[in-house]
Amino acid sequence: MLTQFTTWDIVRNLLEGGKWTLLLSLLAFFLGGVTGLIIVLLRISPNRFLRVIAKVWIELFQGTPLLMQLFIVFFGLSLLGWDVSAWTAAAIGLTLFTSAYLAEIWRGCIEAIPSGQWEASASLAFSPLQQMRYVILPQALRIAIPPTVGFSVQVVKGTAVTSIIGFTELTKSGTMIANATFEPFMVFGLVATAYFCLCYPLSVYARHLERKYHVAC
Amino acid sequence: MSLVSIHQLHKHFGDNHVLKGIDLNVDEGQVIALIGRSGSGKSTLLRTINGLECIDAGEITVDGAKIQAGAKDMRPLRLKVGMVFQQFNLFPHLSVGENVMLAPKIVKKTDPAQAQELAEQMLAKVGLSEKFDAFPGELSGGQQQRVAIARALAMQPKVMLCDEITSALDPELVSEVLSVVKQLANEGMTLVMVTHEMRFAREVGDKLVFMHQGRVHEEGPPEALFNAPSTPELAAFIGAIDQA
Repeated sequence: MLTQFTTWDIVRNLLEGGKWTLLLSLLAFFLGGVTGLIIVLLRISPNRFLRVIAKVWIELFQGTPLLMQLFIVFFGLSLLGWDVSAWTAAAIGLTLFTSAYLAEIWRGCIEAIPSGQWEASASLAFSPLQQMRYVILPQALRIAIPPTVGFSVQVVKGTAVTSIIGFTELTKSGTMIANATFEPFMVFGLVATAYFCLCYPLSVYARHLERKYHVAC
Repeated sequence: MSLVSIHQLHKHFGDNHVLKGIDLNVDEGQVIALIGRSGSGKSTLLRTINGLECIDAGEITVDGAKIQAGAKDMRPLRLKVGMVFQQFNLFPHLSVGENVMLAPKIVKKTDPAQAQELAEQMLAKVGLSEKFDAFPGELSGGQQQRVAIARALAMQPKVMLCDEITSALDPELVSEVLSVVKQLANEGMTLVMVTHEMRFAREVGDKLVFMHQGRVHEEGPPEALFNAPSTPELAAFIGAIDQA
């Protein structure tokens, strides 16, 4: 017997998927941000070994497709005996991906601070950590906000790829509903609209911040 | 004993031997004007005294704090040596008062109330008390440089280094900065300044040091050196400035 789907049924199921897209985006952005901060501090550290580790990390996650990273986390961890759910694999994969990009964005912002600021604070006998904490980071943060918010759009769109490892977020929900309703155009139109509703405000906000701070990184 | 003592200082930038065995002594309260052509090593010499450039050989002693080749921690030296830069380098995210208070609070762990009082005193000294809450971007170049002087003074250094501090200023703003430096000199502050303001060097300086090709080529009282340079290089330098 064929089940009849009303438009509300479709929307309701997509909203359920959208909830997971939103949760995954927030988690990946938060954990990716924390990891990215550690990576960027290693990347600019005076210790060459730490700099190399950070550089390899960044190159690795920027130089391979997100889908491959998700496959490696999802299947690779299973091979090592850890049974990871699609949700865990998606969260880990997106966090690693986000951390590499945010670290690189933030490195650019830190390096954009004129060398005179380092010299002036050094001449006042600040320690390197004090220089970073009180002089460099507050200024770098200001120029980092617009590109960071802008990158959050990439994180939201990146969640769509996690559907391939079976995580039921917005795109996966859309695929399942389209298969059941035979109305792919309407369903994927609604999916695209949902992504747009999530991403467009972020893009507008990033542009607003860029104008507000008169900077681009 | 001299307050600042520099002995056989050498510094390379790659293959370029920038400082070739500098010996220089600065007594307490003395005002030294470093002059010389561009590339003669005068700014590099100044920066080594603050540890902003590491040295390859020789030693620098400031009030007992000694730096030799390979020294890693420059902070003991920097606590005794204040520096003012050509480009001011104020912290743009902080107000004028916060710029002056930051280092005493963070580096010297001065009580915030005392640090504020100190900042007010230093800003009064450079004639900018009313700008305590302003931000650097709201000030003229001359005012920014005066704040930079107050910021360095707030650390109560034994010696102040001034690296071409009027070079980035519009001509009409130069005098307000020079008068602050002159006032410091009159109060007995030990100053080492790289300058192109020859009239000022002559008027305020106790000793003129002419650098040429990485060496101290000639040194002595400004009047004597300006009136009777004993080397053709200094004579040519003074001649070139007089024509400019």
